[in-house]
Amino acid sequence: MRRGLHLVLAVAALGAAGALLCGCSTAAAVRVRPWQRAALADETMNPDRDPVGSAMIEHVYFSREAASGGQGVGGSGCGCN
Amino acid sequence: MSARRPVSSSIAWAAAAALAALAPAAPAPVAPGAALPPLAAAGLDGTLPDTAGKVVLLDFWASWCAPCKASFPVYAQLDAAYRSRGLVIVAVSVDESAPAYASFVARQRPPFATLRDARQRLVAAVQVPTMPTSYLVDRAGRVRFVHPGFHGAPTERELRREIEALLGEGAPAP
Repeated sequence: MRRGLHLVLAVAALGAAGALLCGCSTAAAVRVRPWQRAALADETMNPDRDPVGSAMIEHVYFSREAASGGQGVGGSGCGCN
Repeated sequence: MSARRPVSSSIAWAAAAALAALAPAAPAPVAPGAALPPLAAAGLDGTLPDTAGKVVLLDFWASWCAPCKASFPVYAQLDAAYRSRGLVIVAVSVDESAPAYASFVARQRPPFATLRDARQRLVAAVQVPTMPTSYLVDRAGRVRFVHPGFHGAPTERELRREIEALLGEGAPAP
């Protein structure tokens, strides 16, 4: 039982060490807090700032490829509410 | 009997240390029942209204947050309805950009106090879960209700019911 626990913790240690070594430490992988999302909420972060142009490109795409959808959702990234 | 410690045990201790190092150190979010961090000591830009013995609606907002914009007309109505009975609305902006803050306030012209937490110290101490978030504080200075987000009419109904209840509690004993 103890051996199993040690094994689990050892695996966790290797994972944590890997995260530290690859730069995913607290300094590098900080969670963006709700009040820090001004830049994410900016309109320039919206991947679809020209909806008419995007609709035309999508129309051309699915007409040529006989495919539709897969364009994701709109909006930028403030994550409000 | 050998007292030799297995290698995995040593690794386990190293794991605990490494995981502790990875854990972010953030204060606990302010929840109902907790005391609000002192607003006067938060270094807010703007004039803090007198909140002693009042029911306080403390709202954290930002100019870049769409639901915050929707919430201001509702807070203006609450201010008109309950100010005379002892409600004080304090709207704290987390905007780092002073022009964005000023532009929002100029457009909205709120009748209640707006201040700016330019260094985001207060909001970090409170640990708001989302933008906007409002805290209803009773006359004794205890947080009684927390409203993460602003969801229009349902939020307004809840706020009115809770404000009525807190105003009805009367002044705290000296």
